[in-house]
Amino acid sequence: MIKKSALALAVTLAVAVTAPMTAAYAGSHGGKVKACFVYIGPVGDFGWTYQHDQGRLSVEKAFGDKVETAYLENVPESSEAQRPIEGLARSGCNIIFTTSFNYMDPTNKAAKKYPDVKFEHATGYKREHPNVSTYSSKFYQGRYVQGQIAAKMSKTGVAGYIASFPIPEVIRGINAFILGAQSINPDFKLKVVWVSTWFDPPKEADAAKALIDQGVDIVTQHTDSTAAMQVAAERGIKAFGQASDMIKFGPKTQLTSIIDEWGPYYVERVKAVMDGTWKQVDVWHGMDDGNVVMAPYTNMPDDVAKMATETAAKIKSGEFEPFTGPITKQDGTEWLKAGQKAEIGTLLGMNFYVKGVDDKLAK
Amino acid sequence: MILFLEKRANYSPLFSALSPVLALAFTLVFGTIMFSMLGVDPAKALYTYFVFPLTDAYLIEQIILKATPLILIAIGLSVCFRSGNWNIGAEGQYLIGGMFGAIIPVYFNDFQSPLLLPMMMIMGMIGGALFAAIPAFLKARFGTNEILTSLMLVYIAQQFVDWLVRGPWRDPQGMGFPGTKSFNESAILPELIPNGDAHFGTVFAVLVAIGVWFMLSKTLKGFEVTVLGECPRAGRFAGFSTKQMTIFAFLLSGALAGLAGIAEVSGSVEKLDDKLSLGYGFTAIIVAFLGRLNPLGILVAGLILALSYIGGEEAKIALQVSNRATNVFQGLLLFFVLACDTLIHYRIRLVTSSKAGGTG
Repeated sequence: MIKKSALALAVTLAVAVTAPMTAAYAGSHGGKVKACFVYIGPVGDFGWTYQHDQGRLSVEKAFGDKVETAYLENVPESSEAQRPIEGLARSGCNIIFTTSFNYMDPTNKAAKKYPDVKFEHATGYKREHPNVSTYSSKFYQGRYVQGQIAAKMSKTGVAGYIASFPIPEVIRGINAFILGAQSINPDFKLKVVWVSTWFDPPKEADAAKALIDQGVDIVTQHTDSTAAMQVAAERGIKAFGQASDMIKFGPKTQLTSIIDEWGPYYVERVKAVMDGTWKQVDVWHGMDDGNVVMAPYTNMPDDVAKMATETAAKIKSGEFEPFTGPITKQDGTEWLKAGQKAEIGTLLGMNFYVKGVDDKLAK
Repeated sequence: MILFLEKRANYSPLFSALSPVLALAFTLVFGTIMFSMLGVDPAKALYTYFVFPLTDAYLIEQIILKATPLILIAIGLSVCFRSGNWNIGAEGQYLIGGMFGAIIPVYFNDFQSPLLLPMMMIMGMIGGALFAAIPAFLKARFGTNEILTSLMLVYIAQQFVDWLVRGPWRDPQGMGFPGTKSFNESAILPELIPNGDAHFGTVFAVLVAIGVWFMLSKTLKGFEVTVLGECPRAGRFAGFSTKQMTIFAFLLSGALAGLAGIAEVSGSVEKLDDKLSLGYGFTAIIVAFLGRLNPLGILVAGLILALSYIGGEEAKIALQVSNRATNVFQGLLLFFVLACDTLIHYRIRLVTSSKAGGTG
């Protein structure tokens, strides 16, 4: 026992002696802007997080030695996210990008404590302090194109969707996909499996297997890993990549993929911090700004690829918007009249399915 | 050939006393090698790990916050382990404690009373104790192996809480994310210092450490724990009951794990969600042994282990080393601490199978 209490004494002394020397690392980057990133998965997930990290690398490339970057990976979406986010703020980051939906509250809490640090929260909607911005992309535009391809390519007329959490962003993606598919085949059906995680390769793989066993012959996902692509490749069916180009994981499997290009936005925001012009924003970029990009159309006949290219071009130019009436809700009521476009508020808070989704949204 | 661990008849008191220092020295040497291979300045890495967190008020608070559940659970486990009851399921008792304590704020979100927090804490302890009573009863009544039953109940607890926060207890306004509605202000444990993160659970941990230390070293019950743990036969001659001790140790340990759970739910997360199970119940086993099954030693051991967590996070932030590197480093530390302790008190003997058969 003596040594334990001696150790306790030593620890106490160490605290007492050195406590005044705080903030050992603040300002260590001398005049540079420090841009920091918080990731939900590992940078090697080759999906969502990988793509954010590509964005970080383009910041480094754009500003060279005028910028310093840092990141934390595998940060859980819970109260355990608070310490890492605040840790980055304390380490002298000038701007912090938190790249998962449920970092929303920890980000806002940290923003209150560190008013001089700029916070950028991806896919959220809470901006409780002037130093918090939110940003997202219209991934659903790509989902519509994928739906059209799926309807052309599927023999069973049923596609499978691996979904994470029923937040509006995910529901929007599901609805856009089925609308695209129904524009080709009005009877097209979509099965959904909720895995309640963003990144869990074994769980994602199991979901893919379950869907394939239920007769779907095309798989798409709203999760972060390449597991579903690999299962689809093993089973010899087709799949869509997610967040990043996953062609390496399914050279004969991937039809296309929605690539999230975060680089331009990250460069723009870091530049704003450098120039002292950073202001709170809420942005929702899409294909038109180059934030949503389709990977090459592969493993499909030329006419399908041509159709996809044309649809994507129309969406990009603004000539066509996926959520345009007539659209019927799952319960049979009319949502949009012919030619009527969805209001942005409805899209942002979307909490209902359209007709053709073979799933019930939990209330 | 079989490896035997044989208790040394005479171990060196000097080495026994130096054991933690020796372990630290080994960790520093191997840590230096590892960080150099990763291309990180080892001096800077080790400083960030062990010294820097102690120089910063915010990080000291984070260490205390992280150490609190570890200490509470480990103290309960020390009573179990000393009495020869191998409770490996503290994680489950911690979860069920957190869930039991959350019953009132979940069903009566608007209920406000100065009695609310004490009620929640007591509910948490009851929940943990009830859950620990299952393996205890099975062992006392049927002689089942409590290592297996208590461990397997952890998975049941995890799945049950997971189902609750995704199903019946889910916040309808929560966008489908698993978790209950956030607790009302009066259901949240007060902070240790205003606007800080550490909560009142730390006070419980210190009080419990002193209380259990007193019980173990100054009371007849403590004597009973030690005697039944070290020599059950002698204990029975003295009129102590092994079965009653099993029940007592499990109930106490479950209640403390439950208290840790509800303190964490109420003071830190401020709601019940699916991320409560962070492995504290398992890490606390290491803390209990690191503290040599002594409640006051555990107080220190919990802080040291928390330091290695927080130091690891700082190393990730300041040096940009990966998750894996910090985990490996923490593993090194624990490995050397336990290996030094074991090899000072035991020696390894190699026995060939035929000989082993003979002696067995």
